[in-house]
Amino acid sequence: MKVLVAVKRVIDYNVKIRVKADNTGVETANVKMSMNPFDEIAVEEALRMKEKGLATEVIAFSAGPAQCQETIRTALAMGADRGVLVQTDAELQPLAVAKLLKAVVDKEQPGLVIVGKQAIDDDSNATGQMLAALLGWSQGTFANKLNVADGSVEVKREVDGGLENIKLKMPAVITTDLRLNEPRYASLPNIMKAKKKPIDVLAPDALGVDVTPRLKTLKVEEPPKRKAGIKVKTVAELVDKLRNEAGVI
Amino acid sequence: MAILVVAAHDGKKVRANVANAVAAAGQMGSDVTVLVAGSNCGEAAKSAAAIAGVAKVLQAEDAAYANWLAEDIAPLVVKLARGYSHVVMAADSVGKNVSPRVAALLDVGQVSEAIKVVSPDTFVRPIYAGNAMATVQSADKIKVVTIRPTNFKAAAGGGSAPVEQIGGEGAKGLSSYVGAELSKSERPELTSAKIVVSGGRGLASGENFKILEKLADTLGAGLGASRAAVDAGYVPNDYQVGQTGKVVAPDLYIAIGISGAIQHLAGMKDSKTIVAINKDEEAPIFQVADYGIVGDLFQIVPELTAAVEKK
Repeated sequence: MKVLVAVKRVIDYNVKIRVKADNTGVETANVKMSMNPFDEIAVEEALRMKEKGLATEVIAFSAGPAQCQETIRTALAMGADRGVLVQTDAELQPLAVAKLLKAVVDKEQPGLVIVGKQAIDDDSNATGQMLAALLGWSQGTFANKLNVADGSVEVKREVDGGLENIKLKMPAVITTDLRLNEPRYASLPNIMKAKKKPIDVLAPDALGVDVTPRLKTLKVEEPPKRKAGIKVKTVAELVDKLRNEAGVI
Repeated sequence: MAILVVAAHDGKKVRANVANAVAAAGQMGSDVTVLVAGSNCGEAAKSAAAIAGVAKVLQAEDAAYANWLAEDIAPLVVKLARGYSHVVMAADSVGKNVSPRVAALLDVGQVSEAIKVVSPDTFVRPIYAGNAMATVQSADKIKVVTIRPTNFKAAAGGGSAPVEQIGGEGAKGLSSYVGAELSKSERPELTSAKIVVSGGRGLASGENFKILEKLADTLGAGLGASRAAVDAGYVPNDYQVGQTGKVVAPDLYIAIGISGAIQHLAGMKDSKTIVAINKDEEAPIFQVADYGIVGDLFQIVPELTAAVEKK
């Protein structure tokens, strides 16, 4: 069984983002970029399946500008076997990415596709569910634990009230939650080896996918700032403020 | 414009956030229909009919909908959606699972976690964990939108909309429900609680959360946690407040032993009043707190509990 993982290049999670002065978006020039943290968890899960003999090959997919090759290289350095990049400078929204992924899935025929539950830039939380819909496959979102056996996968999901267990017919799409695993770091020898692993570069047109955005971003603004309040010295003072000033207890 | 709100429920009542979704839908158009799909969901359908502003409730009875499997619910929503301009769900774990599947089947984009309706096709939504706000306009014929419940004041009760029975689409056989491990708690649910008490890594153990439980119970508060506390295994995952956990906006949020990582702030900074208790006076949580106390939480929290009890 092949496992396909999708990896997105995003602003590193440690970077404090800045909204552009002209309100057209967020400053990305000279900003550290990394693999979306939820996608690292997806790569790790696929690698563990390969190590257990459940998967034969791990393919890392990305879509976006040429620099996304670096993100795919990171996945290859972690242990993925090869990469597929759909290269475009166009803005890509979740539905477009799901369509590109579907085209690659149709060609590669993986048994599982594992993606992060959301990207930490647009916070859409949609691509995995959309891909499952387009493929007519089952979906295991917000996965906390996976168990693959006999053509099906049991997924423990993180839901509002706790955890939920479902069983999916394979092939299936999985989206990862934080506690599915702890991703490994790439070792230096593996980073060197990754340089020799192949990456196929494709164009959206070649896959017959129209990536035109469905949502137009009119403006991007700073959120309203919350002002820091005061420090109180004693619990008695705090209770007094909460009762008589804020009126919340 | 006719709006379809898809309601999650427990069989007896629709979730509290359905009233928030109905309020948001009312800002997109005036004719709001609520879909209640499930197995023996008549009581839940009645509870939806009682929400003010609802024009009609569609009750879809089918055993396939008993456990909200997206593979089975989405085709029903898609079939109904063609008669509406918008499909709206609350951005909880049900809405986040089902709504994008509906959008893709309709070949439309999704507006995720809208916090404001600017006009029927234009919405404000947070990006980068709430560190920026994007105003987006949908060009699609049917707008599929999930809304962040805490940003829309819940519609009142007292409505009496008619309930119409519709058939189900049956099970697709792609997935099946095995069971759930739900946290049992007598405390108010986090996202609708008026007061939330949250603990972080500063608690140092799951055992120590007991002092927070006492404070929460004295205040009648919900109990939450930072990602660090959940990752450390102190409390279950559904306690997590933050970008990837729950978003809360209570009247009072008490952050105890929480440093205030941006991912956590994204989940609570819309709270009316924020209190921070932390031993590190440089902790970023103090930058958003209305009232802060620097000191040892193991002394302060019991003292606070006692002071609140005393009145």
